[in-house]
Amino acid sequence: MDLAQGVQIVSFAVLSVMMIGAALGVVLFSNVVYSAFLLGGVFISIAGMYILLNGDFVAAAQVLIYVGAVNVLILFAIMLVNKREDYQPMAKHWIRQGATALVCAGIFTLLSTMVLITPWSIAPNPVPGQNSTVQIGQHFFNDFLLPFEVASLLLLIAMIGAIVLARREYIPDEQLPDLTKQTGLTLPERPRELLNPQRK
Amino acid sequence: MQLQLQYFLLLAAALFCIGIYGLITSRNAVRVLMSIELLLNAVNLNLMGFSNYLDPEEIKGQVFTVFVITVAAAEAAVGLAIVLAIYRNRDTVDMEQFNLLKW
Repeated sequence: MDLAQGVQIVSFAVLSVMMIGAALGVVLFSNVVYSAFLLGGVFISIAGMYILLNGDFVAAAQVLIYVGAVNVLILFAIMLVNKREDYQPMAKHWIRQGATALVCAGIFTLLSTMVLITPWSIAPNPVPGQNSTVQIGQHFFNDFLLPFEVASLLLLIAMIGAIVLARREYIPDEQLPDLTKQTGLTLPERPRELLNPQRK
Repeated sequence: MQLQLQYFLLLAAALFCIGIYGLITSRNAVRVLMSIELLLNAVNLNLMGFSNYLDPEEIKGQVFTVFVITVAAAEAAVGLAIVLAIYRNRDTVDMEQFNLLKW
Protein backbone atom coordinates (compact mmCIF):
# COMPACT_ATOMS: atom_id res chain seq x y z
CA MET A 1 0.00 0.00 0.00
CA ASP A 2 1.70 3.17 -1.11
CA LEU A 3 -0.06 5.62 1.13
CA ALA A 4 1.86 8.07 3.25
CA GLN A 5 2.83 6.88 6.71
CA GLY A 6 0.63 9.39 8.49
CA VAL A 7 -2.41 8.36 6.51
CA GLN A 8 -1.76 4.72 7.35
CA ILE A 9 -1.35 5.44 11.06
CA VAL A 10 -4.49 7.56 11.23
CA SER A 11 -6.61 5.07 9.32
CA PHE A 12 -5.29 2.22 11.44
CA ALA A 13 -6.25 4.11 14.59
CA VAL A 14 -9.72 4.92 13.32
CA LEU A 15 -10.33 1.36 12.14
CA SER A 16 -9.09 -0.19 15.37
CA VAL A 17 -11.27 2.07 17.53
CA MET A 18 -14.26 1.24 15.32
CA MET A 19 -13.50 -2.45 15.47
CA ILE A 20 -13.02 -2.74 19.23
CA GLY A 21 -16.03 -0.55 19.97
CA ALA A 22 -18.29 -2.47 17.64
CA ALA A 23 -17.04 -5.81 18.98
CA LEU A 24 -17.76 -4.70 22.55
CA GLY A 25 -21.21 -3.63 21.38
CA VAL A 26 -21.81 -7.05 19.81
CA VAL A 27 -21.03 -8.74 23.09
CA LEU A 28 -22.57 -6.30 25.55
CA PHE A 29 -25.79 -4.99 23.97
CA SER A 30 -28.90 -6.64 25.27
CA ASN A 31 -30.79 -6.33 21.98
CA VAL A 32 -29.65 -8.94 19.48
CA VAL A 33 -30.60 -6.85 16.45
CA TYR A 34 -28.19 -4.09 17.48
CA SER A 35 -25.54 -6.75 17.95
CA ALA A 36 -26.09 -8.07 14.44
CA PHE A 37 -25.75 -4.63 12.85
CA LEU A 38 -22.64 -3.87 14.89
CA LEU A 39 -21.21 -7.19 13.73
CA GLY A 40 -21.42 -5.79 10.21
CA GLY A 41 -19.38 -2.81 11.46
CA VAL A 42 -16.72 -5.17 12.79
CA PHE A 43 -16.54 -6.97 9.46
CA ILE A 44 -16.22 -3.74 7.48
CA SER A 45 -13.44 -2.41 9.69
CA ILE A 46 -11.59 -5.71 9.37
CA ALA A 47 -11.87 -5.36 5.59
CA GLY A 48 -10.23 -1.94 5.96
CA MET A 49 -7.44 -3.56 7.94
CA TYR A 50 -6.92 -6.04 5.11
CA ILE A 51 -6.54 -3.17 2.65
CA LEU A 52 -3.90 -1.68 4.95
CA LEU A 53 -2.18 -5.07 4.87
CA ASN A 54 -2.01 -5.19 1.04
CA GLY A 55 -4.73 -7.79 0.73
CA ASP A 56 -7.21 -6.20 -1.59
CA PHE A 57 -8.68 -9.45 -2.90
CA VAL A 58 -9.24 -10.76 0.60
CA ALA A 59 -10.78 -7.44 1.62
CA ALA A 60 -13.27 -7.69 -1.23
CA ALA A 61 -14.01 -11.30 -0.32
CA GLN A 62 -14.51 -10.27 3.31
CA VAL A 63 -17.04 -7.60 2.37
CA LEU A 64 -18.87 -9.89 -0.04
CA ILE A 65 -19.00 -13.00 2.12
CA TYR A 66 -19.17 -11.68 5.65
CA VAL A 67 -21.17 -8.48 5.26
CA GLY A 68 -23.19 -9.70 2.30
CA ALA A 69 -23.89 -13.28 3.26
CA VAL A 70 -23.10 -14.18 6.86
CA ASN A 71 -24.47 -11.00 8.39
CA VAL A 72 -27.66 -11.18 6.35
CA LEU A 73 -28.01 -14.83 7.34
CA ILE A 74 -27.68 -13.90 11.01
CA LEU A 75 -30.32 -11.19 10.60
CA PHE A 76 -32.66 -13.71 8.98
CA ALA A 77 -32.08 -16.12 11.84
CA ILE A 78 -32.87 -13.37 14.35
CA MET A 79 -36.10 -12.66 12.46
CA LEU A 80 -37.06 -16.34 12.44
CA VAL A 81 -36.47 -16.89 16.13
CA ASN A 82 -37.66 -13.45 17.14
CA LYS A 83 -39.20 -14.00 20.51
CA ARG A 84 -39.13 -11.53 23.31
CA GLU A 85 -38.22 -13.57 26.29
CA ASP A 86 -36.95 -12.48 29.61
CA TYR A 87 -34.32 -14.88 30.71
CA GLN A 88 -34.82 -15.93 34.24
CA PRO A 89 -31.88 -14.76 36.29
CA MET A 90 -29.45 -17.35 37.42
CA ALA A 91 -27.78 -17.59 40.72
CA LYS A 92 -24.05 -16.85 40.71
CA HIS A 93 -24.56 -14.71 37.65
CA TRP A 94 -21.99 -12.10 38.53
CA ILE A 95 -19.45 -14.64 39.68
CA ARG A 96 -19.58 -16.33 36.31
CA GLN A 97 -19.23 -13.11 34.32
CA GLY A 98 -16.46 -11.82 36.54
CA ALA A 99 -14.53 -15.07 36.28
CA THR A 100 -14.91 -15.03 32.50
CA ALA A 101 -13.72 -11.44 32.28
CA LEU A 102 -10.74 -12.31 34.46
CA VAL A 103 -9.81 -15.27 32.30
CA CYS A 104 -10.14 -13.21 29.12
CA ALA A 105 -7.96 -10.46 30.54
CA GLY A 106 -5.42 -13.11 31.48
CA ILE A 107 -5.42 -14.54 27.96
CA PHE A 108 -4.99 -11.05 26.53
CA THR A 109 -2.07 -10.34 28.86
CA LEU A 110 -0.42 -13.61 27.92
CA LEU A 111 -0.89 -13.05 24.20
CA SER A 112 0.32 -9.46 24.27
CA THR A 113 3.40 -10.42 26.29
CA MET A 114 4.14 -13.13 23.74
CA VAL A 115 3.66 -10.70 20.86
CA LEU A 116 5.89 -8.06 22.37
CA ILE A 117 8.83 -10.21 23.45
CA THR A 118 9.05 -12.47 20.42
CA PRO A 119 11.70 -11.35 17.92
CA TRP A 120 9.73 -11.53 14.68
CA SER A 121 11.84 -12.09 11.59
CA ILE A 122 10.37 -9.31 9.52
CA ALA A 123 11.06 -9.56 5.81
CA PRO A 124 13.69 -6.92 4.94
CA ASN A 125 11.95 -4.79 2.35
CA PRO A 126 8.27 -5.46 1.98
CA VAL A 127 7.43 -5.42 -1.69
CA PRO A 128 4.26 -3.50 -2.39
CA GLY A 129 1.72 -6.08 -3.36
CA GLN A 130 0.20 -4.85 -6.56
CA ASN A 131 -0.83 -8.22 -7.91
CA SER A 132 -2.05 -10.13 -4.90
CA THR A 133 -5.09 -11.31 -6.83
CA VAL A 134 -2.91 -12.89 -9.52
CA GLN A 135 -0.73 -14.50 -6.89
CA ILE A 136 -3.69 -15.90 -4.96
CA GLY A 137 -5.09 -17.32 -8.19
CA GLN A 138 -1.78 -18.98 -8.99
CA HIS A 139 -1.69 -20.51 -5.52
CA PHE A 140 -5.22 -21.77 -5.91
CA PHE A 141 -4.55 -23.53 -9.18
CA ASN A 142 -1.05 -24.82 -8.47
CA ASP A 143 -0.19 -25.87 -4.95
CA PHE A 144 -3.55 -25.43 -3.26
CA LEU A 145 -5.62 -27.08 -5.96
CA LEU A 146 -6.84 -29.99 -3.84
CA PRO A 147 -7.99 -27.85 -0.88
CA PHE A 148 -9.65 -25.51 -3.34
CA GLU A 149 -11.71 -28.33 -4.81
CA VAL A 150 -12.44 -29.83 -1.41
CA ALA A 151 -13.76 -26.43 -0.32
CA SER A 152 -16.41 -26.61 -3.04
CA LEU A 153 -17.42 -30.03 -1.76
CA LEU A 154 -17.58 -28.63 1.78
CA LEU A 155 -19.86 -25.82 0.65
CA LEU A 156 -22.15 -28.32 -1.07
CA ILE A 157 -22.31 -30.43 2.09
CA ALA A 158 -23.02 -27.36 4.21
CA MET A 159 -25.80 -26.23 1.87
CA ILE A 160 -27.55 -29.61 1.88
CA GLY A 161 -27.07 -29.97 5.63
CA ALA A 162 -28.52 -26.55 6.36
CA ILE A 163 -31.55 -27.26 4.17
CA VAL A 164 -32.16 -30.63 5.82
CA LEU A 165 -31.75 -29.23 9.34
CA ALA A 166 -33.90 -26.14 8.89
CA ARG A 167 -36.64 -27.73 6.80
CA ARG A 168 -40.13 -27.81 8.20
CA GLU A 169 -41.49 -31.18 9.17
CA TYR A 170 -44.25 -32.60 7.02
CA ILE A 171 -47.56 -32.28 8.81
CA PRO A 172 -50.23 -34.75 7.73
CA ASP A 173 -53.74 -33.40 7.37
CA GLU A 174 -55.46 -35.53 9.97
CA GLN A 175 -53.10 -34.43 12.70
CA LEU A 176 -53.78 -30.76 12.28
CA PRO A 177 -54.84 -29.05 15.49
CA ASP A 178 -58.29 -27.52 15.43
CA LEU A 179 -58.28 -23.80 15.18
CA THR A 180 -60.52 -23.05 18.12
CA LYS A 181 -57.98 -23.70 20.81
CA GLN A 182 -54.62 -22.06 20.52
CA THR A 183 -51.81 -24.32 21.46
CA GLY A 184 -48.49 -22.91 22.41
CA LEU A 185 -46.63 -25.06 19.95
CA THR A 186 -48.35 -23.87 16.79
CA LEU A 187 -45.78 -22.85 14.25
CA PRO A 188 -46.59 -19.41 12.94
CA GLU A 189 -45.08 -20.12 9.53
CA ARG A 190 -47.27 -23.11 8.74
CA PRO A 191 -49.05 -22.66 5.39
CA ARG A 192 -52.43 -21.14 5.91
CA GLU A 193 -54.49 -23.18 3.44
CA LEU A 194 -53.41 -26.29 5.29
CA LEU A 195 -54.69 -24.83 8.51
CA ASN A 196 -58.25 -23.96 7.50
CA PRO A 197 -59.29 -25.89 4.43
CA GLN A 198 -63.03 -25.60 5.18
CA ARG A 199 -63.22 -21.85 5.49
CA LYS A 200 -62.97 -21.00 1.82
CA MET B 1 6.90 5.75 12.81
CA GLN B 2 5.52 2.95 10.75
CA LEU B 3 2.81 0.38 11.07
CA GLN B 4 4.29 -2.62 12.83
CA LEU B 5 3.28 -6.25 12.90
CA GLN B 6 2.79 -6.03 16.65
CA TYR B 7 -0.08 -3.55 16.34
CA PHE B 8 -2.12 -5.93 14.25
CA LEU B 9 -1.31 -8.88 16.50
CA LEU B 10 -2.35 -6.96 19.62
CA LEU B 11 -5.57 -5.88 17.96
CA ALA B 12 -6.34 -9.45 16.92
CA ALA B 13 -5.64 -10.64 20.47
CA ALA B 14 -8.07 -8.06 21.86
CA LEU B 15 -10.74 -9.11 19.36
CA PHE B 16 -10.17 -12.76 20.24
CA CYS B 17 -10.59 -12.10 23.96
CA ILE B 18 -13.80 -10.13 23.38
CA GLY B 19 -15.07 -13.03 21.31
CA ILE B 20 -14.27 -15.57 24.03
CA TYR B 21 -16.02 -13.41 26.63
CA GLY B 22 -19.13 -13.21 24.46
CA LEU B 23 -18.99 -16.91 23.69
CA ILE B 24 -19.07 -17.86 27.36
CA THR B 25 -21.36 -15.26 28.87
CA SER B 26 -24.11 -14.74 26.29
CA ARG B 27 -27.38 -16.57 26.71
CA ASN B 28 -28.86 -16.04 23.27
CA ALA B 29 -27.81 -18.81 20.88
CA VAL B 30 -27.55 -16.44 17.91
CA ARG B 31 -25.19 -14.21 19.86
CA VAL B 32 -22.98 -17.22 20.54
CA LEU B 33 -22.69 -17.73 16.79
CA MET B 34 -21.81 -14.05 16.36
CA SER B 35 -19.04 -14.45 18.94
CA ILE B 36 -17.67 -17.40 16.97
CA GLU B 37 -17.53 -15.15 13.91
CA LEU B 38 -15.54 -12.63 15.96
CA LEU B 39 -13.05 -15.35 16.92
CA LEU B 40 -12.60 -16.45 13.31
CA ASN B 41 -12.07 -12.86 12.22
CA ALA B 42 -9.37 -12.36 14.84
CA VAL B 43 -7.56 -15.41 13.49
CA ASN B 44 -7.91 -14.08 9.95
CA LEU B 45 -6.39 -10.77 10.99
CA ASN B 46 -3.42 -12.64 12.43
CA LEU B 47 -2.96 -14.60 9.22
CA MET B 48 -3.10 -11.47 7.08
CA GLY B 49 -0.59 -9.69 9.31
CA PHE B 50 1.89 -12.54 9.12
CA SER B 51 1.37 -12.81 5.38
CA ASN B 52 2.16 -9.14 4.87
CA TYR B 53 5.12 -8.77 7.20
CA LEU B 54 6.85 -12.15 7.22
CA ASP B 55 6.03 -13.58 3.81
CA PRO B 56 5.42 -10.76 1.34
CA GLU B 57 6.73 -12.59 -1.74
CA GLU B 58 4.38 -15.53 -1.89
CA ILE B 59 1.38 -14.53 0.15
CA LYS B 60 0.25 -17.87 1.51
CA GLY B 61 -1.41 -16.29 4.52
CA GLN B 62 -3.97 -14.66 2.27
CA VAL B 63 -4.74 -18.03 0.70
CA PHE B 64 -5.30 -19.47 4.16
CA THR B 65 -7.52 -16.52 5.00
CA VAL B 66 -9.71 -17.24 2.00
CA PHE B 67 -10.05 -20.86 3.12
CA VAL B 68 -10.94 -19.79 6.64
CA ILE B 69 -13.60 -17.43 5.25
CA THR B 70 -15.06 -20.32 3.24
CA VAL B 71 -15.23 -22.63 6.22
CA ALA B 72 -16.68 -19.85 8.37
CA ALA B 73 -19.48 -19.28 5.88
CA ALA B 74 -20.33 -22.99 5.89
CA GLU B 75 -20.20 -23.02 9.69
CA ALA B 76 -22.53 -20.04 9.95
CA ALA B 77 -25.11 -21.67 7.66
CA VAL B 78 -25.12 -24.99 9.49
CA GLY B 79 -25.00 -23.34 12.92
CA LEU B 80 -27.97 -21.11 12.24
CA ALA B 81 -29.91 -24.08 10.88
CA ILE B 82 -29.18 -25.94 14.12
CA VAL B 83 -30.37 -22.92 16.11
CA LEU B 84 -33.62 -22.89 14.11
CA ALA B 85 -34.16 -26.62 14.66
CA ILE B 86 -33.51 -26.38 18.38
CA TYR B 87 -35.81 -23.35 18.61
CA ARG B 88 -38.60 -25.41 17.06
CA ASN B 89 -38.01 -28.22 19.51
CA ARG B 90 -37.53 -26.34 22.76
CA ASP B 91 -39.35 -23.08 21.92
CA THR B 92 -36.54 -20.97 23.32
CA VAL B 93 -33.08 -19.74 22.37
CA ASP B 94 -31.79 -19.55 25.93
CA MET B 95 -28.49 -21.39 26.16
CA GLU B 96 -29.14 -22.28 29.79
CA GLN B 97 -32.12 -24.42 28.86
CA PHE B 98 -30.30 -26.50 26.28
CA ASN B 99 -29.26 -28.99 28.91
CA LEU B 100 -30.87 -32.18 27.64
CA LEU B 101 -27.61 -34.10 27.76
CA LYS B 102 -26.36 -32.64 31.03
CA TRP B 103 -27.72 -35.09 33.58
